[in-house]
Amino acid sequence: MMMNMVSALNSALDTIMQENKNAVILGEDVGKDGGVFRVTDGLYSKYGERRVIDTPLAESGIIGTSIGMALSGLRPIAECQFAGFMLLGFSQLINHAARYRTRTRGTMKLPMIVRTPVSGGVKTLEHHSDSPEAYYAHIGGLIVVEPSTPYDAKGLMIKAAHMDDPVIFLEPTKLYRLFKQEVPEKSYEVEIGKAEIVHPGDGLSIITWGTMVQTVKNSVEKMGVDAEIIDLRTINPMDEETIIKSVKKTGRAMIVHEASLSFGAGAEVAARIAEKAIFELSAPVLRVASPSLPYPYPGYENFYIPNEKKVMEAIDKIMKE
Amino acid sequence: MISKAYEGSVDYMQILDEKGNADESLIPKELDGQKIVSMYKFMSFARALDAKVLSLQRQGRAVTYAPLIGEEATQIGSAMAMGEHDLFVPNFRQHGVYLVRGLPLDTFMLYWKGYEEGNRDIAKIGGFPYNVPVATQMPHATGVAFAQKYRGTGASVVAYVGDGGTSEGDFYEGINFAGALGVPLVVIIENNGWAISEPRNRQTKAQTLAQKAIAAGIAGIQVDGNDVFAVYKATRDAIANSKNGPTIIECVTYRMSMHTTADDPAKYRSDADVEAWKSKDPIARLKSYLVRKGLWNEALENAMAADQLKKIDEAVEKAEAFVPDPKNMFETVYSYMPQTLKEEEDAAVAADYWKGE
Repeated sequence: MMMNMVSALNSALDTIMQENKNAVILGEDVGKDGGVFRVTDGLYSKYGERRVIDTPLAESGIIGTSIGMALSGLRPIAECQFAGFMLLGFSQLINHAARYRTRTRGTMKLPMIVRTPVSGGVKTLEHHSDSPEAYYAHIGGLIVVEPSTPYDAKGLMIKAAHMDDPVIFLEPTKLYRLFKQEVPEKSYEVEIGKAEIVHPGDGLSIITWGTMVQTVKNSVEKMGVDAEIIDLRTINPMDEETIIKSVKKTGRAMIVHEASLSFGAGAEVAARIAEKAIFELSAPVLRVASPSLPYPYPGYENFYIPNEKKVMEAIDKIMKE
Repeated sequence: MISKAYEGSVDYMQILDEKGNADESLIPKELDGQKIVSMYKFMSFARALDAKVLSLQRQGRAVTYAPLIGEEATQIGSAMAMGEHDLFVPNFRQHGVYLVRGLPLDTFMLYWKGYEEGNRDIAKIGGFPYNVPVATQMPHATGVAFAQKYRGTGASVVAYVGDGGTSEGDFYEGINFAGALGVPLVVIIENNGWAISEPRNRQTKAQTLAQKAIAAGIAGIQVDGNDVFAVYKATRDAIANSKNGPTIIECVTYRMSMHTTADDPAKYRSDADVEAWKSKDPIARLKSYLVRKGLWNEALENAMAADQLKKIDEAVEKAEAFVPDPKNMFETVYSYMPQTLKEEEDAAVAADYWKGE
């Protein structure tokens, strides 16, 4: 069935709720309203208020309550309405979700998912467009996933619901309805911790994720360059093997992400390439990202987010090295 | 027109006064002589254990420790009111609760020696590990209680938080969610008068902490936290009523010692303050009660103390024989071992720079 990312995620959540009677969805406006982006649309009427729970408006409460639920045999799937608002629950994720399993030496588990829309490009208000993958990935203990296609969104969500780990599920707002794709109606998994080569090539490796996958694909197609595009899909734990294998083959590495440049997840990718493949490189690693600034108000977002021109100029530069 | 939109009040309960005189009409029937003696033994045990860990910490044999001395009635009274299947979520000072619920002593010691292996057995006693970031455990307790209701286990959840903790956002979010979701939760505010150096009156202008329940639309009561009968009764009644929703019980007690071994109370409070509370000691007043009832004497006291010290020493010895294995850190983070982490683990295990640590 042709689905956009919203309908694919909705189908995934429906599948999870059917498969597991202990799965519950909670968050602000996830019930009757079906979520502000309609990702949980129809689930309230199908599963009832016992399982699709409109909570008070408090992110730490939503995430902290989910932690308690997960510790006690439920599988909560929490929604935080926007990445900026989710920071009110940051302490719960870092102080508890990330470390509960190891601090009990594996005797207590947190099978939970926290979903949130991320990144910009859709002219939203302030604090609605952040790309937070690096901070959640940094602590260790949180699995951080960010799909760029409807197919991956559904498969990764179902896989996350089959794991006993806290999973931060980042959904690029811009991709929610950007395009449709054939997505199976049945249950299927996409492996977590595994990147995908979305475009094979021998002359350059471009490691990217989220909103930038489309931008990179378009840029590569327009230039006709022989680039291998890797959609990371899982930010943490990172699929280093796929990255290093590709870079050793192509000898050139470029990283493209929407999050701001400094201390971004791209630095982690670049460091791993430096550690394991530096002598195979024929050009310095190049990062393309938003400037090292807080995300601007939308009047300025076109000056902020890397566009195809910026990506193409970078490709041009690295291919000339 | 102006009318009253809401009228509320908070009750205070004391059953056993400072001198050990009890209002027998309020002592729950199931508290027979044997059970009261058992309360006394647990309170004494908690204090003895506390003194031991403090002494180990001063010798460099335990990590920074948060003593419980003075707060035994609040902890033992509430823990003994729990049913076998009820669950509890502590902050970082409820050593007495672990004791009542049966955490093996050597496991307890292991934690305070700095090893997370001390948390391995906590699920077996219906508890959760210590929570150090203040009040962050409150939403967890609400979620745990939600799960009991959802799964129909019939269990209630007892959560602990300090007076300082009631100023945190997570305290309010936790109780507010609990009320909105109608979960079987009992919140014990262990109001020991101090948040490190800040006295209770620096935390809030509110006259009681129990009245914070009113804002969440749930039940609230204040009790003498050094009165084990009052704490027990309030907790037992709240658990019995928990299917109708949450209750906050503010237990007014006093931190007789430091916040943790990392601070010196002499800097911020006077000896006179502490002296005033010595006459309200929870153990002394219960002992007076028991002696007057003919349920306790010095011979029993001496035998109990010797037995408890022996158990504590054995537990310390066992915990000190523990040999940490760095692999335990790496292998319990995720449900699977990511390749990149495996490489870090292999390198760490092969390295010799921490041999002998």
